[in-house]
Amino acid sequence: MTGRGLGPTAGALRHVVLMAGAVIMLSPFVWMVLSSFKPQSEILTAELTFLPQRWAAIENYATVWTRVPMGRFLLNGAIVTASIFALQVLVNLPCAYALAKLRFRGRRALFAVVLLGLLIPIHATAIPIYILFHHAGILNTYAALILPFAISVFGIFMLRQFFMTVPDDLIDAARIDGVSEIGIVWRVMLPTAMPAVTAFGIFSVVAHWNDYFWPLIAIGTRELYTPPLGVAFFRLNDGGTEYGVLMAAATIVIMPLVAAFLLAQRRFIEGVTFTGLKG
Amino acid sequence: MVIRGLVKNFGDTRVLNGVDLDIGAGEFITVLGPSGCGKTTLMRIIAGLERQDAGSVEIDGRPVDALRPNERDIAMVFQSYALYPHLTVFDNIALPLRMRRLSWRQRLPGMRRIDRSAQAIERGIAAKVREVAGLLQIEPLLARKPAQLSGGQKQRVAVGRAMVREPRVFLMDEPLSNLDAELRVHMRAEIAQLHRRIGVTFIYVTHDQAEAMTMSDRVVVMMGGRPLQFAPPGDVYADPEDLQVARFVGSPRINTLPGTVHAGGSIEVGGLAVPFDTGLAPGAQVTVSLRPADTKIALQTPDTAGADRAGRELAATIVHRENLGSDLFLHCRVEGIDATLVAREDPGKVGLLPVGAEIRIGLPVEHLLAFDASGRRVRPGGRMTSLAQPAAA
Repeated sequence: MTGRGLGPTAGALRHVVLMAGAVIMLSPFVWMVLSSFKPQSEILTAELTFLPQRWAAIENYATVWTRVPMGRFLLNGAIVTASIFALQVLVNLPCAYALAKLRFRGRRALFAVVLLGLLIPIHATAIPIYILFHHAGILNTYAALILPFAISVFGIFMLRQFFMTVPDDLIDAARIDGVSEIGIVWRVMLPTAMPAVTAFGIFSVVAHWNDYFWPLIAIGTRELYTPPLGVAFFRLNDGGTEYGVLMAAATIVIMPLVAAFLLAQRRFIEGVTFTGLKG
Repeated sequence: MVIRGLVKNFGDTRVLNGVDLDIGAGEFITVLGPSGCGKTTLMRIIAGLERQDAGSVEIDGRPVDALRPNERDIAMVFQSYALYPHLTVFDNIALPLRMRRLSWRQRLPGMRRIDRSAQAIERGIAAKVREVAGLLQIEPLLARKPAQLSGGQKQRVAVGRAMVREPRVFLMDEPLSNLDAELRVHMRAEIAQLHRRIGVTFIYVTHDQAEAMTMSDRVVVMMGGRPLQFAPPGDVYADPEDLQVARFVGSPRINTLPGTVHAGGSIEVGGLAVPFDTGLAPGAQVTVSLRPADTKIALQTPDTAGADRAGRELAATIVHRENLGSDLFLHCRVEGIDATLVAREDPGKVGLLPVGAEIRIGLPVEHLLAFDASGRRVRPGGRMTSLAQPAAA
């Protein structure tokens, strides 16, 4: 896997391929950032320029902050994603522990149901949930944004795979030491599963921070808008789409994620490779 | 501790098949058996980690079958040590005490900083942890995480965590099998000393006969989910109740020869009539066995080939030689029967006994063990007591 066996040509080729991939992945992102620095006229010209000839960064970003309560949107996003993640951990850990380590009747069937749950997209259940929330009277609240995602089958699956690798002796030792089953989940499994929890956390936060579909359905008032709804606000305004401003808004929305990823990068990779290898 | 009629099935497989044991307070008991004999399952049932299908376990006259593991007042050391990887050595050892002495409210994160009574309890726990650490000489390690410890150190921490709450029974499941040979011998002595010092009942599971022989007061030899013999280590070696026990204990393996009971109190082995009154019907098949250490050989020379010796010794050929320095093991093929015997000899004689040499093997009747067709021991009718315990005391 290290490629040490490869010759210099093959080694160079490998880097060329990887770099080409990186360019393809990064270019839309770079283009977004660059466009957010350009005035509308320059974005709409026929010729392609890399750097802006006239910098419009301050205008574009200022427009974002003044025209909509962007801070409020970001705060909403933070509240919603943090609550979703907290609830998911609260539900997933005991669930994954039971599926991985407890012996009970119907465990295999239950796990099969969890796997089945992985196949059902949110779009299939959106309307029933919408109707349910309507009758419960909680549409247009934070709860409407959070509750549908409180249980993550993907998270249960991922943590269960991780827990399978935790030695049974460790759990038995905890039982003998007087730790209750719930105690084992929080005192023994959670600390050993931190890489997996972190990796899942990044998946979860990214998915729900960027989620456009469900908030669009569940939320009507602007006070509860999440960041993607805030970005969409700049699309198709009265005077057509202002691309520079739109790109600036998108950049602002993405920044917290990029920062969070860079901070947790090592753990994230650890977690993904761990579950990937052992699962 | 009293164990009565324990039965345990995993699906259709019966792993424990009626286990009865009476264990005295403060005894060091070793459960010895090959892998898959049910010894670990027995241990897990005693610990309460597994529920038996029938039978009962009593500790100090109190049935513990309905109790959770932590209510049984037992401690267990696992083969893998099972230390909590995220906790320091100190916290690993302190955890059982924290679970017992602090209420769940006091165990919440941060509560120990606010709650005064929790602080007092915590001081008591710290003192106890340090005492145990001092005893095991792991005080300098208290701030480390398990990943920073060597195998022997982890082992000690695991023992410390088990000791700290002063259990009535100490269970150890192959605790030395992950250590290298030298450290294993060292820890063997250390665990035996620990037992003498704290004086509680130890139940020690192993497949290593050296551990069983050197550490325990009594050994339970288990095979196929059932204890075959429960006796002091010397008796298990010298006076096995069952052919399987005789075969499992002792290295190299005990020699076995097929024999037939003859009328008039003798067994015919390879053409020899050995005076051994089994009390079995003439014609019954038996297995005669002899420890390699008791198997004496002599070179076949013209003067030993005389008719008077021929009736009492087996003619054989040396087919393989193992010189271990301290011992010389000779593998000898016996003429006329399909059997290879191993004899232990003084390595000084190595020059005299080349491969291919024709030799004679005596069958000293005072060292012979006979087993009936089902593998149970048969003792010579009139000489029971003289044979019974040479090494038992």
